[in-house]
Amino acid sequence: MTEFVKPDVAYFELWPLLVVFGVACLGVVVEAFAPRSARYITQALLTLAGLVAAMAGVVMIGLRFAGDGAAEDGLVHGDGAAYGLLSIGGTIVVDGPTLFLWGLLLVFGFLGALLFAERHLDGGVSAFAGQAAALPGTDAEREASTRGLDHTEVYPLLMFALFGMMLFPAANDLLTMFVALEILSLPLYLLCGLARRRRLLSQEAALKYFLLGAFSSGFFLYGAALVYGFAGSMEFGAINEAVRNDAANSGMLLVGIGLLSVGLLFKVGAAPFQAWTPDVYQGAPTPVTAFMAAGTKVAAFGAMLRLFYVAFGADRWSWQPMMWVIAVLTMLVGAVLAITQTDVKRLLAYSSVAHTGFILTGLLGVQATADLAVGEISSLQAVLFYLATYGFSTLGAFAVVSLVRDSGGEATALTRWAGLGKESPVVAGVFAFFLLAMAGIPLTSGFVGKLAVFSVALAAGAWPVVVFAVLASIVAAFLYIRVIKAMYFDEPVGDGPTVAYPSVLTATTIAIGAAATLMLGVLPGPLLDLAAVAGEFIR
Amino acid sequence: MTDLPWLTILVLVPLVGAVATALAPSSLSRNLGLATSGLALLVGVLVATQYQLDGGMQLTETHAWIEALGVHWALGVDGLGLLMVLLTVVLVPLVILASWREADEPGNGGVKGFVAWALALEAMSLAVFTATDVFLFYVVFEATLIPAYFLIGGFGREGRGRAATKFLIYQLAGGLVMLASVIGLYVVSADQGAPTFLLSELAALEIDPVTQRWLFLGFFIAFAIKAPMFPVHTWLADTTEKATTGTSVLLVCVLDKIGTFGMLRFCLGLLPDASQWATPVVVALALVSIVYGALVAIGQDDLLRLIGLTSLSHFGFIVLGIFVFSSQGAAGSILYMVNHGIGTAALFLVAGFLVRRTGTASISAMGGVEKAAPVLAGILLVAALAACGLPGLSPFVSEMLVLIAAFNHAWWVGVIAVTAIVLAAVYALWAYQRTMTGPPRPEVEAIADLDAREVGTLAPLVLGLVLFGFFPMPLLDVINPHVTDTLSHVGVTDEPPVVTTEPAAVEGGHQ
Repeated sequence: MTEFVKPDVAYFELWPLLVVFGVACLGVVVEAFAPRSARYITQALLTLAGLVAAMAGVVMIGLRFAGDGAAEDGLVHGDGAAYGLLSIGGTIVVDGPTLFLWGLLLVFGFLGALLFAERHLDGGVSAFAGQAAALPGTDAEREASTRGLDHTEVYPLLMFALFGMMLFPAANDLLTMFVALEILSLPLYLLCGLARRRRLLSQEAALKYFLLGAFSSGFFLYGAALVYGFAGSMEFGAINEAVRNDAANSGMLLVGIGLLSVGLLFKVGAAPFQAWTPDVYQGAPTPVTAFMAAGTKVAAFGAMLRLFYVAFGADRWSWQPMMWVIAVLTMLVGAVLAITQTDVKRLLAYSSVAHTGFILTGLLGVQATADLAVGEISSLQAVLFYLATYGFSTLGAFAVVSLVRDSGGEATALTRWAGLGKESPVVAGVFAFFLLAMAGIPLTSGFVGKLAVFSVALAAGAWPVVVFAVLASIVAAFLYIRVIKAMYFDEPVGDGPTVAYPSVLTATTIAIGAAATLMLGVLPGPLLDLAAVAGEFIR
Repeated sequence: MTDLPWLTILVLVPLVGAVATALAPSSLSRNLGLATSGLALLVGVLVATQYQLDGGMQLTETHAWIEALGVHWALGVDGLGLLMVLLTVVLVPLVILASWREADEPGNGGVKGFVAWALALEAMSLAVFTATDVFLFYVVFEATLIPAYFLIGGFGREGRGRAATKFLIYQLAGGLVMLASVIGLYVVSADQGAPTFLLSELAALEIDPVTQRWLFLGFFIAFAIKAPMFPVHTWLADTTEKATTGTSVLLVCVLDKIGTFGMLRFCLGLLPDASQWATPVVVALALVSIVYGALVAIGQDDLLRLIGLTSLSHFGFIVLGIFVFSSQGAAGSILYMVNHGIGTAALFLVAGFLVRRTGTASISAMGGVEKAAPVLAGILLVAALAACGLPGLSPFVSEMLVLIAAFNHAWWVGVIAVTAIVLAAVYALWAYQRTMTGPPRPEVEAIADLDAREVGTLAPLVLGLVLFGFFPMPLLDVINPHVTDTLSHVGVTDEPPVVTTEPAAVEGGHQ
């Protein structure tokens, strides 16, 4: 029995994580003690302030890593290729990619929180159920709705989910990664079931997500156990050593990698584990969908990058073929099934499946550093950039979806969107712009992202995947154009859609999403450089 | 004077004009559009005056754009690019003038949208013709589609929304296939140690033959859809049928040239071995396009569809000329690109004026128009004769050069291509006979002849047809050095064609 050693906590470097967690806990306290009338404003401000404080922390840590003193403090690794440190007994790693992902998650969390706080669209109440415990269609529900009740627990739930998302890519061993997976998932399951309108659909979505999610977590845990059996350690650095040096029991390793992948691929919504995506995206309250679509993808891909590059990087010949198949399948399934959709939210859900495939294309484009030419884009850089572009356009697109309404709440049927271009040229124009970005038309961020991931995949010799990616892009382009055609060139059905005027909160989200989508399309240099400066993972 | 970034100005003028038009009240749209496109014409002419006839990339500008990807804002013109730039800046003001009232008619999207999108399309097209960075080329190549999409979808006849979607899907599909090749070029350059998108650096790479073929395929499919060529031409007739004729001019006479322009610059310029490898298939497809386009055109009842399909035949000639690898063929093709632009623009515009008067584009519903509108009929006849290659009008010269090159390449290629001249006479003259001659139908008796604005729009085009029909030398002076450069890169050397006398004129001018 070894003696217990008190783990060393690098408080400065973990500050963003701690702030988000602290604010989440504080939110629970507010919920318990603050009077109902004061909760909304308190929670909203607390959440936003916490996110800003965490973001400031990320910037300061980044400056410290890049600063002059970094080398003396032992923060620079591998001839300046990587920056960062391990903390809490080597379970959490704060390095360049972690910081980049934290920054993204905090920005997306901020934009998501703005959408959560929107109360102008639905007659002075938020998009969340007045009282989740009241059964749909009962007197209790009617009473909650006439009293104008609001669930303000959504803010701490958002922060808990965000905490899990930030921990996920920062985890340096399989157990921490599993814990993070659960922390991010549980609040999301709950949030999905809290829609004010169409509550049965929302609750069904939550249950579906929970059941499948719990099932996939089981796979992840089993995979972790097998990899532990192979390597004798949960820690990524040690697993990497074992993969390099130990040829025995490679069967166990392979099965372990496969099972771990199931858990992670479920979270990113890759085929054949994509079945939950459309139902959950459709049923969840739109602000939750927006936040979840952007945040989960960033977090889960961050974790996947670390797991596959750090722990299994030496064994990439084993997992790359699997990723080839998954990526091709995901792109085709997402693009082809999206065509048949008649609901805007489901359509965006399938499009997000297709995007998962594109990001996987970047992920499997990993090469040894020695194989890269000077100035050539690396796969880590490409994936990080793609995640940023995808998050901004997805958040913006879902925010626009929340504006188009009829008497029953949001009008998500595609037929109701016909003629939107005449009704509200600005909203239709912005949505068309997001769709063009998702289709990867030049001068939008989506194009640069696509170019980046395709380049790295092609450079790694994965040309068949790129061929399929091009085919899937063509199919996907068709469906985005179909929506644009419906908005601009089709005659409205009946009264046509109405566009609700948002408050400054949703407007800000849409504006930031659109501005980022344009900026990253026209001048992607700074962010690409930032992703390059972030350097490599440390182990 | 020469220190100014002329080409950037050239691209920015219509772009700024487009934004200004979109923001200004629609009562100003027409004048703003005309003024901006006129200014662009002026800049284009100024660019031409600074161009030295000895070939190579000129007026080059290179600025780093996205350093992480090795992307540059790099512009430059060579002989080919210059002619395409001039064609664009000449045609856009004419289109705006020709569409003066049309876009405001009920059912159309309004003149503001038309002018703004047309100027945006001009800016993007000019950028395409001057880009010397493959990434930049790709960006603007795809960006042309957005204005084109809204021009087709917002203005024209019933069913245009569907036509616009079909157009966009075809073009995007081609573009995405090309994206794979663009990335492929980048990866090849990275594998050789210096990742870049610059055309000048890419042209210097040694690319192994197998890779070249794959890259060629990506580029060629995109350009074949753009041009268009059989069997990926089916968007063309639908689009020209539904869109306004002004839009059709922009599409067929400017935008489609990007296809053949790209074949010359990228397929031949960057992938010479693969281009020669693909010659048999490409020549066969070009021949099918030539004959099939002409045959189908004969069978059309819709005048605008007919004109669209004649372009299929003409683009077949252009591609044929490019891929027989001789200086006559290449020079003929480039000349053809210019002449086709002028001739087809005249044909589309005069047909548009006719369709607006009769209210129908159906050939069988017209007849005897020449009695009521002799000037219109006369110009239509000139444009139609130009399309079938009458000597004395400019397309004749280029068609002749391509045919000679085709016969030199292989006698049967020439024989098949030559049949198109007969077929062209059939579709052009038969259409003219059915619409213009005979007893006037009651519904066309009252139509007015062309007014001053319409004649003014068509006059420069007809003038160009006649002028370059008798005196193609100025164009060939620009073309020949470019052809010599391109062919020496491919590895073919022969004497450039001299159509008129005085070979000294080629060297004449600036040193």
